[in-house]
Amino acid sequence: MTAQEVRLCGLLLQEHFGEMVEKVGTHLLKSGAQNLRMILHETGISLDLLKKSLCVLVQHGACVFSSGRKGPGSPTEYRTSCDRILRILRYPRYIYTAKTLYGDTGELIIEELLQRGHMTMSSTVKTVADRLTQNMEDGRSMDYNDVSNSFSNLVETHFLQRCPPPPRAGPKESATPAPPPVPGTPTPPISTALPTAESFPECYKVPHVTLIGRGKRPLSSEDVDDQRNAKKAKMDSETHGDEGICWQVNFERFHLHFRDQAIISAVANKLDQTSSEIVRTMLRMSEVTTSPSATCTKPLSANEIFRSLPTNYNIARPILDQYLTLLVDDPMEFVGKAGESGGGMYVVNMHRALANLARATLESVVQERFGSRSARIFRLLLRKRHLEQKQVEDFAMIPAKEAKDMLYSLLSQNLVQLQEVPKTPDYAPSRTFYLYTVNQLPTARMLLQNCYKTVANLIERRLYESKESKRLLEKSQRIEAILASLQASGAEPEQLTEVEEMITAPEKQQLDALRLHINKLDSAENQVDETIFLIESYVNSTTTTS
Amino acid sequence: MAGKGRGVGAFTFNIEALGIGRGSMPDSRVGPMPLFPNTDFKPVPLKAGEEEDYMLALKQEMRGTMQRLPHNIKCHANKAEVERYTERYLKQSQLDDANWTPDWSLLPKELMPQKKKVVKPVKKKKAVKISRKETEAMLTKLDELEKKDDGNPEKSDDETEKKKVNEGEEEEEIEAEEYDEEDVEEVI
Repeated sequence: MTAQEVRLCGLLLQEHFGEMVEKVGTHLLKSGAQNLRMILHETGISLDLLKKSLCVLVQHGACVFSSGRKGPGSPTEYRTSCDRILRILRYPRYIYTAKTLYGDTGELIIEELLQRGHMTMSSTVKTVADRLTQNMEDGRSMDYNDVSNSFSNLVETHFLQRCPPPPRAGPKESATPAPPPVPGTPTPPISTALPTAESFPECYKVPHVTLIGRGKRPLSSEDVDDQRNAKKAKMDSETHGDEGICWQVNFERFHLHFRDQAIISAVANKLDQTSSEIVRTMLRMSEVTTSPSATCTKPLSANEIFRSLPTNYNIARPILDQYLTLLVDDPMEFVGKAGESGGGMYVVNMHRALANLARATLESVVQERFGSRSARIFRLLLRKRHLEQKQVEDFAMIPAKEAKDMLYSLLSQNLVQLQEVPKTPDYAPSRTFYLYTVNQLPTARMLLQNCYKTVANLIERRLYESKESKRLLEKSQRIEAILASLQASGAEPEQLTEVEEMITAPEKQQLDALRLHINKLDSAENQVDETIFLIESYVNSTTTTS
Repeated sequence: MAGKGRGVGAFTFNIEALGIGRGSMPDSRVGPMPLFPNTDFKPVPLKAGEEEDYMLALKQEMRGTMQRLPHNIKCHANKAEVERYTERYLKQSQLDDANWTPDWSLLPKELMPQKKKVVKPVKKKKAVKISRKETEAMLTKLDELEKKDDGNPEKSDDETEKKKVNEGEEEEEIEAEEYDEEDVEEVI
């Protein structure tokens, strides 16, 4: 938990859950696992609000609780981790991906689950059907079955998973939530590692749910609403067969999908569309056989690839072989050859591809910050590892004075490091080699922290801009509300123009400029998050292999 | 400090090994760094396209929705006089949503509110029931007052619950009358 991560998490929590939750969340982030009394004592929030905030955090998966360290009798401890809270930045990307893969129904299911943390299948299906019915034309409504089918599809492809049952204090109680197929493993009273959702084999099983009905449209008059609410309260008390089984979004699966997309688009940019289709086929074939943290996919023979290519890509077999050879020879090393049987066995190198993508990101950052000649020096150092001052000037073909300046500006920003190689044991400066070098992993980590700081700055600037023009924003919102109600009740156009003129022209200009700025800041947050995803994947891939 | 006067500008190592000359030192710093240091290169413009616009709209919508959900816990200090004016125009359904109950099987027991709070919603239900059928209850009460000695007036089958409520009230009234008679006897 670096300072930048904690600051960003605090801002995200404040924007989405309010200041109380933000206080509790940042306190837990800074101090690690604590029990309720300690949090109460150190934050000074009232017990009631503290309990509510913790409920909200646990509901959204940001906080996990477990029995205390001292034994089963000690009070439960709560801890948060930055990762889960930082995912909030990526929510629009998850929803958009669900829309591209599963249409509007999938999009709304994911959106509801992200907003509420976790929900049962029946309540999700009902809410989504109602929302879809709202947007349909009058007289048509969405059937629950369609939404249930979309839900099951999402579960089958592992985009949704069941929430793990909570850890209980006594050993006997923890035996019951453990599924029957694992009888041999003893359940220790103090679990050192919290069970993830994946450690329960039933996490992808769709329960048998009886849901018959169609989506409902909200009615306009309040009295009818009250009556319907009274009737609805009686209907909802029927159980749908899935009480207590809550579902949550499986972020790791989405991340695998994003990673695959990044590799495919990189291949398309570097080579051509056909090569990217070949890589896409290879990745699709190895979706189920490859574990998420694998270095490379299982080997696929060229015959299999040829058979699985999409039918509209009718390329001949020898041309496929040529494309595969090209992909293998490419210096980006996306595809590697693992053998000769079956016409050649090919693998997609995940970790190497991620490393290369991260390297390309670093190079582009240096290029945009310091210019193309500094970028040339940076790439040179990445390739040649250690170089002396003189060698840098010669290889980069840059005059000595400018090369010196550029190297020192890169050094001052910590993108380039200095390595001393002594000739004598006393490290005398006249008898030591000073070599410049670039270490990719630490530089990537530093860049990741910079990205977090960037997003935090963007959020703060957006909040500042909205606060400055708060009065103006409120005025425009009220006028819009008045306009909407006038239009609904059928007013004359003169009244509408009269209301519209309540905002003066310079105010309108100010509003437009404000909206443009806020949109730009928001869009920038989304795009910095793409860089964050790439670098995070790279850093995580190196920690799993090492 | 022997080196103070003589070797102030001297370095402890051979400066030529690093390739720096004496004249190429950067200017010494006078004061703190500027707040917005000027950059030589302007940043690349943001990606603009259908995808980005859609994700931007999604982000803003999500932010707005999450701020209206009951998960968003507002400080009590915000509930000033001004807020209530706007609350008149909020739909009743939105206000009802503020009472969100999570699934307690997934949360530790100590996070549940105290037991005395559990009683409140039960009381609210009773209050709500009475308020909904207030007008009808008033009418039947008036009927009762008219036909006090005639016994229970006829009621339709739909109002069985109201019947129980009214019977409860009548029993209270009868008990009160009996109590009064007993009091009168004792006094005598």
